[in-house]
Amino acid sequence: MKKIDARGLSCPEPVIMTKNAFASKEAAYEVLVDHVAAKENVSRFARHQGYQVQVEEQGEEFLLRIKK
Amino acid sequence: MKNEKTVIAAAGVVIGLIAAMLVFFGNPVNMGFCIACFLRDTSGALGLHSAAAVQYIRPEIIGLVLGACALSLATKEFRPRGGSAPVTRFILGVFVMIGCLMFLGCPFRMILRLAGGDGNAIFGFVGFALGILAGVAFLKKGYTLKRSYKMPSLEGQLFPFLQIVFLVLLVAAPAFIHFSEAGAGPGALHASIVISLIAGLIVGALAQKTRLCMVGGIRDAVLFKEWKLLLGFLAILISALAVNLILGAVTGTAYFNPGFAGQPVAHTDGLWNALGMFLTGFGCVLLGGCPLRQLILAGEGNTDSAVAVLGLMVGAAFAHNFGLASSAEGPTANGKIAVLIGIAVVAVIAVCNTWRKADA
Repeated sequence: MKKIDARGLSCPEPVIMTKNAFASKEAAYEVLVDHVAAKENVSRFARHQGYQVQVEEQGEEFLLRIKK
Repeated sequence: MKNEKTVIAAAGVVIGLIAAMLVFFGNPVNMGFCIACFLRDTSGALGLHSAAAVQYIRPEIIGLVLGACALSLATKEFRPRGGSAPVTRFILGVFVMIGCLMFLGCPFRMILRLAGGDGNAIFGFVGFALGILAGVAFLKKGYTLKRSYKMPSLEGQLFPFLQIVFLVLLVAAPAFIHFSEAGAGPGALHASIVISLIAGLIVGALAQKTRLCMVGGIRDAVLFKEWKLLLGFLAILISALAVNLILGAVTGTAYFNPGFAGQPVAHTDGLWNALGMFLTGFGCVLLGGCPLRQLILAGEGNTDSAVAVLGLMVGAAFAHNFGLASSAEGPTANGKIAVLIGIAVVAVIAVCNTWRKADA
């Protein structure tokens, strides 16, 4: 499983990081973000790519569990 | 996902309607909203520049920030964040404004100029799209201004609070605040304070909710084949165009005047319209969003965006103090030099933040 820490990064960097990570073809990914727009953008992108996304709210941060 | 697109399309329709109606209520033609022009007017009102034609504290700006702030507080999205290369963002803001004032409008007004039939905005749009592509090329190679971090609550609240101060200054109108006199130019043309403020509040809340961004539309479509934001852009264009046509039919005064020559607050130099917006598009991608989006993020407590807005305001002051801003007669020699310098500076910022040693 690949972990991505995209906290504090401006749009659209969290999505680009996720996109680049998908190239490694792992079974699952965890993306950590701290902005609601980033949470939405990464989730939307992952779903469009055929992944399932689970969002876990951790205080002011969001952990996105992404798998096929 | 479908729902998200419906929401942004509907928001775009409402925003286009409000923008077109603001002209009916007194704003300059094709300038229901223009973040660049309005920040420039506010800079002038504060005496940061002394161009007598463009001085007014624009309530739309105040409303945009406070509308975004109020909604983000209500939805618990208000988060004081900052510390991601603030000086770089300030400089980017300065040059984005210089690009906007070469073209005479921000990306938002570019849409409204298209909706008013201003063909010169087509050149602006071409340059804008190319500028975004330039920025996207660096994003793909790893461009980043690094992380922002949690800030004290007050740090995030100061920029919205500043807008309340501006509102007080607007209403109280003390002698040290400058307002364009009737007939002096665009600064003297405005809807009433209440209408402008309410328009700003509504559009600010809608833009916060939908993440509307004029730069993000083309950027995300190119990067991820994600069309949501572009849909908002198109909805504003179609809605403002439709309302302009309806207003023309109802009032007998044409609000849609297709052509190039004699367009309101515009010039016909295609090359420099394109280069100005190239600079704007390029710089905005590096900032992470268009001037409207920077205002909205600043309202959500993002102090990096607040710094970018301050850069825009100072850029506007430079633009008028140094004779960089275009007029209906066309671009100035100083303005052309400044835009070329701006493209060079923005390119250097892009290169230096893309290829560097891992120092995170």
